[in-house]
Amino acid sequence: MKKTILAIAAATAVAAMAPAMAEAKTKACFIYVGPVGDFGWSYQHDQGRLALEKALGDAVETAFLESVPEGADSERALERFARSGCNIIFTTSFGYMDATNKIAAKFPDVKFEHATGYKREHANVATYDSRFYEGRYVIGQIAGKVSKTGVAGYIASFPIPEVVQGINSFLLGAQSVNPDFKLKVVWVNTWFDPGKEADAAKALIDQGVDIITQHTDSTAAMQVAAERGIHAFGQASDMIAFGPQTQLTAIVDDWGPYYIERVKAVIDGTWEQKATWAGMKEGHVVMAPYTNMPDDVKMMAEGTQAKITSGEFHPFTGPIMKQDGTEWLKDGEVADDGTLSGLNFYVKGVDDTLPQ
Amino acid sequence: MRIELIKRPQHSALFSALSPFIAFALTLAAGGILFAILGKSPLAALYSYFIEPLTEIWSLHELAVKATPLILIAVGLSVCFQSNNWNIGAEGQFIVGAITGSIMPVLLPDFQFWFVLPLILIFGFAGGAAYGSVPAFLKVRFNTNEILSSLMLVYVAQLFLDWLVRGPWRNPEGFNFPETRQFHSFAILPEILPASGRAHWGFVFALLAALVLWFLLSRTMKGFEVKLIGQSPRAGAFAGFSDKRMIYFAFLVSGGLAGLAGISEVSGAIGQLRPVISPGYGFTAIIVAFLGRLNPLGIVAAGLVLALSYLGGEAAQISLGVSDKTARVFQGLLLFFVLACDTLIHYRIRLGTAQKPEGTA
Repeated sequence: MKKTILAIAAATAVAAMAPAMAEAKTKACFIYVGPVGDFGWSYQHDQGRLALEKALGDAVETAFLESVPEGADSERALERFARSGCNIIFTTSFGYMDATNKIAAKFPDVKFEHATGYKREHANVATYDSRFYEGRYVIGQIAGKVSKTGVAGYIASFPIPEVVQGINSFLLGAQSVNPDFKLKVVWVNTWFDPGKEADAAKALIDQGVDIITQHTDSTAAMQVAAERGIHAFGQASDMIAFGPQTQLTAIVDDWGPYYIERVKAVIDGTWEQKATWAGMKEGHVVMAPYTNMPDDVKMMAEGTQAKITSGEFHPFTGPIMKQDGTEWLKDGEVADDGTLSGLNFYVKGVDDTLPQ
Repeated sequence: MRIELIKRPQHSALFSALSPFIAFALTLAAGGILFAILGKSPLAALYSYFIEPLTEIWSLHELAVKATPLILIAVGLSVCFQSNNWNIGAEGQFIVGAITGSIMPVLLPDFQFWFVLPLILIFGFAGGAAYGSVPAFLKVRFNTNEILSSLMLVYVAQLFLDWLVRGPWRNPEGFNFPETRQFHSFAILPEILPASGRAHWGFVFALLAALVLWFLLSRTMKGFEVKLIGQSPRAGAFAGFSDKRMIYFAFLVSGGLAGLAGISEVSGAIGQLRPVISPGYGFTAIIVAFLGRLNPLGIVAAGLVLALSYLGGEAAQISLGVSDKTARVFQGLLLFFVLACDTLIHYRIRLGTAQKPEGTA
C-alpha cells in the first residue's frame, strides 16, 4: 500500500515537473472543429501537427483540442490555450475567425494562425488557406472521362466562397472533356455529420449520378459509393482504405510544410503577419494516387496536375460563362484572387440554385 | 449472494443529503481507474478536471458563461416538470428567443440607443414564451402529447435560424458567410467585471431567476398549485385550480426563460447570430434540472457542476492529452453515478443471505 502511495506521489511529482522542463520548448497548439478521427479535414490538420513534431523534434511541444464547437466555446478554448503557454495557436476552421481575433487582441505575444478566414485585425494574426480548387479541376476532368451518365453528385457543406470555388472548378474540369457534363449539388449544412453525408450520397445516386464528390469531412459518402458500386473522390485525406475499388483519387490537404515553416519562424523570431494561399506548387494540395481508372485518363490527370503545379494553367481561365449565361471571364482572362475569395455565383451547367 | 432493492416507506433524509457525495466519490474512483488504464496519472487527471478550472479568475468567469444558459433554462424547466408538463423543446425556445431578440440589432443596426438592450431582452423572453405556448396550446386544445410537439418544434427553430442567417439576415459585408452582422455596442450585454473576464450579466439573470422561482415554488400559493397539479391533477381540480391555466403558465415561464437564455448567450457571449448558437444547452438543461432535484437553488449548483465538467474536460485534453471522447465518458460517469445514487433515497439495499435455495434467483 505504501509503495502504491509512493508511486502515485512520484508520478504526480513528475507530472508537475513536466511543464517546468518544457518551458524552453516552443509550444504549438491546434484547435479542431471535428474529431481527429474524422479521416478528413481535422485528421489532416492533426497529421500536419504530427509532421511538425517529427520535423522539429525536441524544439517543439504540441497540444490540441478536438470537436470544439464554433461560437462561444471556441473563445474559451483559445483563451485557455493562450494562458497555458502556447506560443503559436492554429485555429483550423472558418467559424473560429472572430474568436481568434478577439483573443489575439488580449494576448499580443502569442501568434495566431487562422485557417480559411480573411480577418487579420491584429499584428499577431495571420491567415492561411489552400487552393483546393486546383485539385477540384483535376478530379472534375477525371469525372468527365469516367462518368457514363455525364452527371456527378456534389455533397456541399456551406455556400461560402471556398466551397463555391470547388463546385465551379470541378464542373469546369469536367466540361473541358465533356461539354455537356452536368452537376447536382446537395447542401448538408455541416462540416462533419456522417449520417447526413451518407443520406445525401444515397439521394444523389438515386437521382442517377454515377460519381460522387464532396466538400464535407467524413468518409461516409465514400462508403456509400462503395456499397452502390460507383466511383467517388476522397476529400481532404486519402480515403482509399474506405473504398479500395471506389476511390479514383483524393485531394489531400498537406498542412505539414506550412506548420513547420511557421513554427520555425516563431523559434527564429522571424514570424510575421501574412495571408498565405498556397496550392499544388507549394505542396499544400497533393493528389492521392490515381486508381481505378484507365491509363489514358490517368495520363490526362497527371498532365493537368503538372500544368497547374508549374503555373502554366489556372483552372479559372476564360472563356467562362456564369450560370445565367452572362460572361464572367473573356477568352484567356484569368480570375483574380480577390474575385475568387468572394465567389458567390455558379458557372454554367450547375443544376442547382446557389443558396443566397 | 444477491442484491435486492427494498422500497423505503418514506424517502430517506440521510441519503438525500449523502447521495451526491457518494456519487462524487464513486465518480472519482471510477474516473481514477479510467485514467490509470489510459496510462495517465489519476491524481493529475482529477486535478485538471475539478481543481484547475477553479484556480484562475478568468476560468471562473468562463464557468459562469457556460453555466448561465444551463441554469436559466433549467430553472424554468423545474416549474414545467414539477407541474407534470414535459417540455423537451427548450432548445427550440432558446433559439427562437435568440432570433426575436436579434430583430433590432440585425434589422435596425443604426438604431443605437441605451434602451435597445432592455428591449432586446424583453423581445427574447417574449419570443421564447410565445414559442413555448405552441405546445401548450396544442396540449390544452387537442390533448396533443407535449413531449413530441415541443421536441419537433426544436428542429423547426433550428432550420428557421439556419435559413435566416444564410438568407435574409446574412451580413451584407460578410463574404457570403452564414452569419448576421455583429451586434452594435448598445445591443451587447455587458460584462460584469470587464477587467477580469468574460462573464456577462446573463449570469446575474440566472441567479435572480433561480431565487424568484425558488421563492415562488416553496413559499407561495402558486408554488403549491404547481406541485399539487403535478402530483395529482384530480386533487388540484377539487382545490379549484385550473389544469389548463397551469399548462400555459409552465410553458410560458420555461419558454420565456429559455428565450432569455438564448438572447443572453447571443448578446453576451457570441455577439451575432450564426447557423448554430447552442451546443445543445436546451437538452443538457434537462439533465441539470434533474441533477438539481427540480429545486431552483439545487439547479444553480447542478448547472455550475456540469459547466465545470465541460471546462475540466478541456483542461484535461490540454494538460494530459486525453481525447475529447475520454472527457465525455468521464462526464457521463458523473451523471450516471449521481442519478444512480438517488435510488438510495427511495430504496435501501439488502444483501441477500443464502436462505433461498440456489438456482431460483
